[in-house]
Amino acid sequence: MAHDHDPPAPVDGGDHPPTEYELLERALRELLIEKGVFTAEDVRRTIDDWDTRTPANGGKVVARAWTDPEYKARLLADSKAAIEELGFDVGPAPQIVVLENTPQRHHVVVCTLCSCYPRTLLGLPPDWYKSKEYRSRVVAEPRAVLKEFGTEVPDDVEIKVVDSTADLRYLVLPARPAGTEGLSEDELAALVTRDCMVGVTNASAPG
Amino acid sequence: MAGMPGPHDIGGKKFGGGQGGGAKNAGAVPRGEHVFAAWENRVDAMQRLLGGGGRKVYCIDELRRAIESLPPKDYFSLTYYERWVRALDMLLVEKGVLTRAEIDGRLAALRPR
Repeated sequence: MAHDHDPPAPVDGGDHPPTEYELLERALRELLIEKGVFTAEDVRRTIDDWDTRTPANGGKVVARAWTDPEYKARLLADSKAAIEELGFDVGPAPQIVVLENTPQRHHVVVCTLCSCYPRTLLGLPPDWYKSKEYRSRVVAEPRAVLKEFGTEVPDDVEIKVVDSTADLRYLVLPARPAGTEGLSEDELAALVTRDCMVGVTNASAPG
Repeated sequence: MAGMPGPHDIGGKKFGGGQGGGAKNAGAVPRGEHVFAAWENRVDAMQRLLGGGGRKVYCIDELRRAIESLPPKDYFSLTYYERWVRALDMLLVEKGVLTRAEIDGRLAALRPR
C-alpha cells in the first residue's frame, strides 16, 4: 500500500528500526488523518502548543506569590482563579490546588495511580515522576525518597504527601529562599525549579 | 473486578518476595530523564486531540481504564508512551473509530521487511 501523500515519519533518536509501538503510533495517526478525525496540522499545532508549557509558567505563579501577599492569599484560597489571573489557561476539567510549604510542613506531590500532574504549569511530567519507584515509595517513606533528591527535611517538619488524580492536581508553593530580598520578580521566578514545585526539593538562592 | 486492584495501584506497594513474604520497597528512584522522542510527543498530542477539545472520542477516565487494563507484565515492561499508544489502539477500536482489521492492515504495510 503506497502512502505517497504522507512523508515518511521522522526517524526518532537516530538509526534504530522503528519499534512495534512507533509503528502503531504511525498507523493510528495515518488512519485518523485519512478519516478526518484530525489533521496532520492539528497534531503539529498541539505539539507546538504543549512545548510552550514549561516549569517557567509555574515559576511565574510562585514568584508572584512570593512578592505579592494579596496574590498569595488568593492563590491559596482559589488556586485555579489566581493562576488564570496571570493568563494561564488551566482548562475546563482539572481542579488545581496550590499547597504552601511552611516551617512546619513540607508538601510533596505524587500520582500513585498514573501520572497526573499540573501540566499547564509544569509541562509534561519527567520520567521519575511516572516511575514505579517514586509512585510506590514516596507515600511509604517520603523522607528517604526526598533524601535521594538531596533534600533533608528536619524531623520536626511534617511531610504531607498529596496524591493527585485526573481531576485534582497539586502544585507546591515552595518557601522563598533566604537572602533573596533584593531580587526582582523575574529573578525570583528563575529560582523556581520544576522539582521544588513538585516538592522533592526546596527553592534555593542563586550562587 | 471488586477487590482486585489493577497493576497501576502501587502506592505503598512492596515488590518481589514469595508466599513466605520478603517483599521489599522498590529501589532508588531512577533519576535519568530523557528528551521525549518525536513519536512520543505525537502520542501525547493524539491523546489530547482525541480525549479533549471538540472531538471527545473518549474521556480521561476511559483512557485510564484502558491503560490500567493492560496485562500486569505489559504494564510494567512497557514505557509510558508505549502504554499510552496501546490504550489509544484499544479505545479507538472499542469506540468504533477504527477497526482492528484497518489497524493490522496498516501495520503490516508499514512494517519493514
